[in-house]
Amino acid sequence: MSQAWPEMEEQTLPAEFAHEEESIKITGFWMFLVTDVLIFASLFSLYAVYAGRMGGEPNPATFFHLGPALAETLLLLTSSFTVGLAIWFMRRRQVGAMTAWLVATLVLGATFVAIEAREFLGDIQSGYTWHQSAFLSAFFTLVGTHGAHVTFGILMALTLLIQVARRGLTPVTARKLYTFSLYWHFLDVVWIFIYSVVYLGGRLG
Amino acid sequence: MPAFVPYLLHTLFPPTVLRPTEIGADVLIVATGVIIVTVLTRQKKWGWLWREWLTTVDHKRIAVMYLIAAIAMLFRGGVDALMMRTNLALPSVHFISAEEYNEVFTTHGTIMIFFMAMPLIFALFNAVIPLMIGARDVAFPRLNAVSFWLFAFGALLFNISFVVGGSPNAGWTAYPPLTELAFNPGPGENYYFLALFISGIGTTITGINFLVTILRMRAPGMTLMRMPLFAWTTLCTSALILFAFPPLTVALGTSLLDRLFHASFYTLGHGGMPMMYVNLFWLFGHPEVYIVVLPAFGIFSEVVPTFSRKPLFGYTAMVVSVVAIMVLSYGTWVHHFFTMGAGPSVNVFFGLSTMLIAIPTGVKIFNWIFTMWGGRIRLTVPMLYQLAFIPTFVVGGATGVLLATVPVDYQLHNTYFLVAHFHNTLIGGTVFGLLSGLYYWWPKMFGYKLDERQGKWAFWLFFLGFWVTFGPQYLLGLEGMTRRLWTYPLGLGWHALNLISTIGAYGMGAGFVVLVYNVVWSMQHGERDLTGDPWDGRTLEWSLPSPAPEYNFARIPVVTERDAWWAMKARGETTAVRVRPDEISALELPRNSAMPFFLGLGFFVLGFGLTFRWWWIAGLGLAGILGAMLWAGFDYEDRKHVHAEEIRRIEAALGRLEA
Repeated sequence: MSQAWPEMEEQTLPAEFAHEEESIKITGFWMFLVTDVLIFASLFSLYAVYAGRMGGEPNPATFFHLGPALAETLLLLTSSFTVGLAIWFMRRRQVGAMTAWLVATLVLGATFVAIEAREFLGDIQSGYTWHQSAFLSAFFTLVGTHGAHVTFGILMALTLLIQVARRGLTPVTARKLYTFSLYWHFLDVVWIFIYSVVYLGGRLG
Repeated sequence: MPAFVPYLLHTLFPPTVLRPTEIGADVLIVATGVIIVTVLTRQKKWGWLWREWLTTVDHKRIAVMYLIAAIAMLFRGGVDALMMRTNLALPSVHFISAEEYNEVFTTHGTIMIFFMAMPLIFALFNAVIPLMIGARDVAFPRLNAVSFWLFAFGALLFNISFVVGGSPNAGWTAYPPLTELAFNPGPGENYYFLALFISGIGTTITGINFLVTILRMRAPGMTLMRMPLFAWTTLCTSALILFAFPPLTVALGTSLLDRLFHASFYTLGHGGMPMMYVNLFWLFGHPEVYIVVLPAFGIFSEVVPTFSRKPLFGYTAMVVSVVAIMVLSYGTWVHHFFTMGAGPSVNVFFGLSTMLIAIPTGVKIFNWIFTMWGGRIRLTVPMLYQLAFIPTFVVGGATGVLLATVPVDYQLHNTYFLVAHFHNTLIGGTVFGLLSGLYYWWPKMFGYKLDERQGKWAFWLFFLGFWVTFGPQYLLGLEGMTRRLWTYPLGLGWHALNLISTIGAYGMGAGFVVLVYNVVWSMQHGERDLTGDPWDGRTLEWSLPSPAPEYNFARIPVVTERDAWWAMKARGETTAVRVRPDEISALELPRNSAMPFFLGLGFFVLGFGLTFRWWWIAGLGLAGILGAMLWAGFDYEDRKHVHAEEIRRIEAALGRLEA
């Protein structure tokens, strides 16, 4: 649908908020994020209870690999910055720069997922499956749910890149890009908690 | 015969679904299906059904579909209840087997909460809220249809368990270890977890939808404190849904991981803790109680002023108490399992927080009574349900305070006293409220009134039947009869009270039959609503014709005070809702979409495949879900243009155009 988009000089609001209809959808997306926060809160609560019941197996000192986790953290934090740049260029209608930073974001995100998948495979090869204990169930589910979110986000952004290539920046694509960036920042915040509670807490506590 | 056929037949139709009641249900389902297909084909209505209903995104039509589904589920849940009461009518009756009794009380509870109360609430939200706040639709019309189809296919998945594979049998709360794979290997509990998971996603989306609709799409001038109370309770209910359903989703999801993929969250071995499931479930479950009762409070807050011809007494106190109930409901979940043994300090905290809720609820009760005080009361059916609600709900609330007293709860936990208590609040509160709202808004939804005389018959049968059923159950609970009991021997002194209770249950069943007759009869003979305002109403939905046109308001009204429509009538400005031809402009309306239907179908196929661990079917369903989501992402034609001329024509036909 073609909607009139005010010229940049006339705009008082950022592009993605310029149309009431799209602005309402952004409000809706915030509400969705509330539900997702609570999904992770519930998973954290399971993890917090089960983390104290490991019974020595697996051994925290060898199970939590701080190096890869730190690499994952740096990748995801950087990608939060790059997606911010993508939105910054989107608001200036610079489609090329926007696309480039979005692609950079996805490359960082994909690397994150690859490291996590390698960690999980390594755990399973060492004989740690979630069948073994409630702790491992909670660990794999909490961290895995986050990883699945990142994977889904990458797929979502790929469809967005196609939509932008076909339609350019419109009020609708701008809103979709913006909600994607909200989702991506949110996953970053969740990861900070996972890194602190699961990895650092597991190793130190 | 290929080798897989016997395996398939045995998996889909094990002996547990070949009992007489199940065979009877099979015959009924097939017969109903044949009749529906024949009628639709004969009348050439398939295209009509698809275009006008299955692909609709119009909130008013989605409301009707929710309503039909909810009434069907009320029938199913009611039959379950009658089967239980028949088995308990006399000592040592073995009308159904113990195994079947387990299944029936499980499906009764699950269906009544998730597939009857919830859709009936959503039917009224959809039918009323956009009209009440002066909006053209909900915030996300296509997602609204997604919500409906996720609910509908979730309900379908749950209901086929009765005749395909076997029903769940661990109670509506599905506690482990009763649901642990090792102890409950059949597909029944998979059905339960998957059906609730799917319909739960739909419910969450509904919560988001109405929250945003009310926060962002009110008519100009309608500040929050000018909103009708029903809009306030919808807002609070939606917020509760937003905060309550994610823990349920996690509880259901992790249980599925245990059952389908051998995780160890709630298993007895491997360090699992069943109590963690119980905590997560009630972290949802207690707010859920208020999710279903707050809308009823909102309905009564509309019905009482209308039929007393007085503004609501203590509007601000009503709003504050609704918000207070919303907040407090998160701090009470442990009262469902005081006997877990969390220790006196924890139990006292949750006992007190539970008792606190009685205060805002009491405020509301008094305010309804003060609204009636000195009013010109009309004893219509909606008002009768309200009058029945007050004493019934007060008893339900008072017994709730009794149960919140921890030492008393230790005595009464899981007895019939508890059963009587929660039916007292759920039927006396939610069901009476929803029936009141149904009679009240029926003319707005369908353009005709339900017959009052028949409605009163249904009311008295239902109301008296209710007390005859549940009054004796308090006494049975005090005498030690536990819930979920299949049968009992003579000599415990329970038989007379049980027989009375069963008679009452059949009275409620008779009330339901009269209600359905009332609907069918009124379709033909009911008084047509030509004014759009049959009750002399107070809020904006009554300023519209019944039923409202697709776009609701040709021109969005401007609100200057509470009870906006009443104020307009009082000032003699009813013509304010009529429009001059030149005031009408073209509109962008949401366009019908088949995506929600196929998304729901994808979830159904996924759920069915996972239930039986047939991974390729599950994969097919997952592909369907992703396909429908891609379709939604690339579909930019979700609005249609309606010309001003067409709106002028419709308004003229409704007689609402200024010359």
